[in-house]
Amino acid sequence: MDLFNEVWGLFMMRWLHVISGVMWIGLLWYFNFVQIPNMGKIPDDQKPAIGKVIAPAALWWFRWAALATLATGLILAGWQGYILDAITLGIVGAAEDGFVIKHCAIGIGMWMGIIMAFNVWGVIWPNQKKALGMVQVDAASKKKAARTAMLFSRTNTLLSIPMLYAMVSAQNIY
Amino acid sequence: MNNPLEKLSSTVVMGVVLTVIMVAVLAAIA
Repeated sequence: MDLFNEVWGLFMMRWLHVISGVMWIGLLWYFNFVQIPNMGKIPDDQKPAIGKVIAPAALWWFRWAALATLATGLILAGWQGYILDAITLGIVGAAEDGFVIKHCAIGIGMWMGIIMAFNVWGVIWPNQKKALGMVQVDAASKKKAARTAMLFSRTNTLLSIPMLYAMVSAQNIY
Repeated sequence: MNNPLEKLSSTVVMGVVLTVIMVAVLAAIA
């Protein structure tokens, strides 16, 4: 068996994409399903254990996993030659091949994933730095930053459900 | 009116509704 052919390379890239994605969405769901709903039940003197230790560590893995998932995903789509077809939801390429539902489905998933990765690096992380005290701001800005980070984290949780449907359906039923 | 994203259960319901709409659109154009 030739381990270094294109099939094997694509498979390895897909495997990296999936494990990065599990790390990213797993931590997203940890924040939304475990950490945020239970912060209120933790006594104030114990809150720094989460705010100063657990959350910064989780955010490190979270944001780099998001970037790794995006990068491996774009490499996969580029390598297989359907990146433009997918980004245009199957419109580009339709003239030659007819409309390809697989490209539309993976394209919807890709757009949701791209928006989610942008939310991580462009909104959640900058605001979490203020909320967790890694960047010094006044109390009002800190509260506002925590709320913005929470709402965008919730938005990503919402998007993760149809995003995974689009990705897995493109792979398995189309 | 409260932002539905503030409640986790509302977020999940909205995600499922969005998925159902997406599946219907995909089925219609397939």
